[in-house]
Amino acid sequence: MNTVQEQAAAAMSAAAPAAEAAPAAAVTARNVNVYYGDKHAIKNLSVDIPERAVTAFIGPSGCGKSTFLRCINRMNDTIPICRVTGDIKLQGEDIYNPKLDVVQLRARVGMVFQKPNPFPKSIFDNVAYGPRIHGLTSSKEELTALVESSLRKASLWEEVKDRLTDSGTGLSGGQQQRLCIARAIAVSPDIILMDEPCSALDPIATARIEELIDELRQNFTIVIVTHSMQQAARVSQKTAFFHLGNLVEEGPTKTIFTAPTDKRTQDYITGRFG
Amino acid sequence: MTDTLQTPPAAPAFTPKKRVRFDSPEAVALVRKRYGVERRFKAYGIAAVAFAAIFIVILVSDILIKAYPAFTEHRLNVPLTVSAERVAAGGKTDRETLMQGDWAAVAREGVSQYFPEVTARSQRNKLYNELISIGGADDLRTKVVADPSLIGKPMTAPILLSDDADLYFKGHMTAKSERAARAALTVSDTKGDVTVTAGAGEFAEELRIIRSNLSNDAQKAQREVTRLTTALGPLTGDKRAALQEQINRQTATAADLDQRAKAQGGSAIIDAKVSSILIKVNGGIVRLTEVGNDSAKGTVLTPLKAAGAATSSRIMTLMSPEDSRKLSDQQIAWLEKLQDEKVVSRHFNSRFLFSGDSREAELAGILGGLVGSALTMLVTLGLCLPIGVGAAIYLEEFAPKNRITDLIEVNINNLAAVPSIVFGLLGLAIFLNTFGLPRSSPLVGGLVLALLVLPTIIISARAALRAVPPSIREAALGIGASHQQAVFQHVLPLAMPGILTGTIIGMAHALGETAPLLMIGMIAFILEVPQAISQSATVLPVQIFLWSDLPELAFQAKTAAAIVVLLIFLFVMNGAAIMLRKRFERRW
Repeated sequence: MNTVQEQAAAAMSAAAPAAEAAPAAAVTARNVNVYYGDKHAIKNLSVDIPERAVTAFIGPSGCGKSTFLRCINRMNDTIPICRVTGDIKLQGEDIYNPKLDVVQLRARVGMVFQKPNPFPKSIFDNVAYGPRIHGLTSSKEELTALVESSLRKASLWEEVKDRLTDSGTGLSGGQQQRLCIARAIAVSPDIILMDEPCSALDPIATARIEELIDELRQNFTIVIVTHSMQQAARVSQKTAFFHLGNLVEEGPTKTIFTAPTDKRTQDYITGRFG
Repeated sequence: MTDTLQTPPAAPAFTPKKRVRFDSPEAVALVRKRYGVERRFKAYGIAAVAFAAIFIVILVSDILIKAYPAFTEHRLNVPLTVSAERVAAGGKTDRETLMQGDWAAVAREGVSQYFPEVTARSQRNKLYNELISIGGADDLRTKVVADPSLIGKPMTAPILLSDDADLYFKGHMTAKSERAARAALTVSDTKGDVTVTAGAGEFAEELRIIRSNLSNDAQKAQREVTRLTTALGPLTGDKRAALQEQINRQTATAADLDQRAKAQGGSAIIDAKVSSILIKVNGGIVRLTEVGNDSAKGTVLTPLKAAGAATSSRIMTLMSPEDSRKLSDQQIAWLEKLQDEKVVSRHFNSRFLFSGDSREAELAGILGGLVGSALTMLVTLGLCLPIGVGAAIYLEEFAPKNRITDLIEVNINNLAAVPSIVFGLLGLAIFLNTFGLPRSSPLVGGLVLALLVLPTIIISARAALRAVPPSIREAALGIGASHQQAVFQHVLPLAMPGILTGTIIGMAHALGETAPLLMIGMIAFILEVPQAISQSATVLPVQIFLWSDLPELAFQAKTAAAIVVLLIFLFVMNGAAIMLRKRFERRW
């Protein structure tokens, strides 16, 4: 055992009692291949993402974890040279079905990006934008209530309730990222994808986001890409390790961090490379 | 695949032989050299900026100095009574009748009270037609039309002077010096040819000026002789004889002038080729025809009240010879008399800002060009902003990236470099000849300029759209906005400042454009201020071009003033765009 594993195990036993029984899968991916032009970015990947739990994707840079994450809400569609084959099902529905509208898919699969990217609009409008374009509320009161509850769920309400008309870009980095989370959950998605949500934040802001992720797990399925093994250990119940476009190993977080079966996983989580 | 991860081989260690030492001579020299380069670069920068600033200051101050006279005008304020028979035919005082009244006659009557002696037809023409503007009574007419009860009542009427008279009062007609006579002058008569007797040496200064005039002219004639003689060389036959004769004539002239200039004592004849000397004496004006040290001969221009000795006389020297200026000595004498009667006054020239073009410099205004430019710019902006931004959004955000869009992009870039006159030809061929749109109209001008500006706006709008951080687009898409919503609700507002900057540049370019507008007939002389985009109009730069070509001296000032108006128009337009841009500017 080395220190990282110790820390990971300690963090897990402290913060995240693992859901031992395998829950129903929110997303099932089978034989997914992704190509950027000639580059084969993801190779024959199959994974299940459990419902109402946090799944962490870890792995060295360029291993394809963000690419796979962006397949789940089809953000890769915006890259013209990107090609996806295989099967990804969201609660039994094929998300690459040509009949499925990508806009509706993205309303059901929210996303939080690496760098906080609030719209240069007021805090209220940032959160209200999604419900507005999807027509989720029928009155101004409803919208106001939805914005408030979303901000509360993102534990940002107390900090911004007196300045909802201020610009979202005027908040601190951690607050901006929580605003982005509030924006994502305002449309009540089934899944929230988080692409390294804390990499641009300081440790205190990171801790708050991690706490928040843990709370959100009660209501949402969360997939998080992270470079921090401690973070993966702290917040996730399931972990998948990617390397060079392959899914090397997946399983309950506890198992991955304490008893990895693959040598590469062991090398990575002990900090021998990456 | 191996089951262990390979670490990349370590790079071979390389240790540089030299290291930085603070005090080694080479390091010190290197540092000094680096600072030297930096200082030199700064100096070049400051020099370049200063150079540009100096030229801007020179340019702007030159334009402003030249333009200043155009913003003032001289007018007479003459006591007169507007008689009903002149302006109200049949006793009717409605607008129509009054507008057709003989206002020129009213103005003439008003001025004639100061010049009862001017009766000969040619003299009247020189006085009333050349010194008083053709629209001299326009202001009076406007006043009376607004209030017909003024007819028959004594009043002080404003009468506009002609451009030449105006220039004389502004000091642009001739340099002049004026001084009081040192001793009393005695004039032999009140009119006709007179003799002026003065104190000893009274006219010495004037005599010197006349002689130096003559000597300059003699030198000029001599130079001409030299020039013609060199041209004589290769010529033969008739041509040679003709030129030889010309040379002989010039030589004689030079000799004559030289002799007049060198004559000692005695007197000098003053003709139309040398400076004029006028003497204001006893309420009249005498022009000297021959001047000696203490006596002179002259002709009375405006009658004296009395002959004999006069205590306070003034001697005025008009530096330009009568031949080389537009107003004769007689006309200047009349103007001087009007000024001495204190009926001439200088006013702000609101006519310049609020009226259309005219053949008469004193009546010409810039409003026609200003409104024409404004209408043209509205058409241009209304067309090229939506089309240009729309095209940019499509090309940047929606169009597939393939050979066709590449080709379109290359051609847009090429269009931005096409000479503007080509767009004028295109407008002539398509808008005028094929579609039959009204010639010389701001509509066609605006269309042509829109074609000219479109590439600029498309290129800058595309650059602005590209500069919006992709994170905003991703955020919108990630929340489930459609591509179109993401572009129009998030990307476009953020690109707006950049798009407006491109639009400012394009519109400023269009505002100053002359060549394509010449092709579609906007160079026409148009009196009326245009009321609609389909009427004939001209624009500011074309107006400047037209005025700069006119021979009248007064139009030089008008040209500079029109440039000032154009610059102000440009500043206002850019200011508005910058304010708009500030409103759109947001932090992200």
